[in-house]
Amino acid sequence: MKILLIDDSKTMRNIQKSVLTQLGYTQIEEACDGHDALAKVGTFGPELILCDWNMPNMDGLTFVKTFRQTNKAIPVIMVTTESEKARVIEAIKAGVNNYVVKPFTPDLLAQRIQETMAKRAAA
Amino acid sequence: MDPAFITPFITSIQNVFSTMMQLRVDIGTPAIKKDPAPTYDVSGIIGMSGDVTGSVTLSFPLATAKNVVALFAGAPLEPGTADFADAIGELVNMVSGNAKGQFTGGKKVAISCPSVVVGSNHLVARQKDVPCIAIPCKTDCGDLVIEIVIREVAGTGAVTPSQAAAA
Repeated sequence: MKILLIDDSKTMRNIQKSVLTQLGYTQIEEACDGHDALAKVGTFGPELILCDWNMPNMDGLTFVKTFRQTNKAIPVIMVTTESEKARVIEAIKAGVNNYVVKPFTPDLLAQRIQETMAKRAAA
Repeated sequence: MDPAFITPFITSIQNVFSTMMQLRVDIGTPAIKKDPAPTYDVSGIIGMSGDVTGSVTLSFPLATAKNVVALFAGAPLEPGTADFADAIGELVNMVSGNAKGQFTGGKKVAISCPSVVVGSNHLVARQKDVPCIAIPCKTDCGDLVIEIVIREVAGTGAVTPSQAAAA
């Protein structure tokens, strides 16, 4: 499965990439903000997107809103420090399919990915 | 500063360090810090805006920062490199983001992208009319300090943590 990782922190991308690799996902593309991600979705063709919220240039919420104007199918999991209920609702309304609050354990990230892909398969 | 703002940062740093690095954080006694200079050599700084404004700094001695970054990033990184700063920045981002999620009363607070300064004797400008609360932390990687300079913005209608606790 092709996964697009969007996070302005290289450290956080590496941590998530390491978890994904351990789970057997090896086709991973990285983007450092929403603009970078929008430029890469077309060429990379991800089947799942993991997206941070607070990023320079274009934040994750703006990315999701922009992306959802043209693509409603590819699941997006928000991986962020934004844990307030209002923020989670805002993200879901924008088109986010699932939500992981940082800090996270590898098991939690794996669980959210499995849930998200199972829902997509059942849809 | 409302003392109830301190607890979320204590809970948060313990949660972040334990979840991401399996690193226990023992908390010392918080105190008002009068010296304008950061306590140590490496500062990860993040701004807060909205119902609560100000800044939060994680201040590390260089040796502690190197140990913590090596654990967090999974490999030693050289201070002064972009990757080292990135790791410190992500830690202060997680600690602050996690803490603001614990503010009570439905406060709307945004956090900035983090800044990182490495070098002894640097100065971080902060709000003069708000006291700086320093929370000392001890870990197996060395000591560090959380410096909190935040205040609730008047007239937002948000409930202070003390009011919420009393309700």
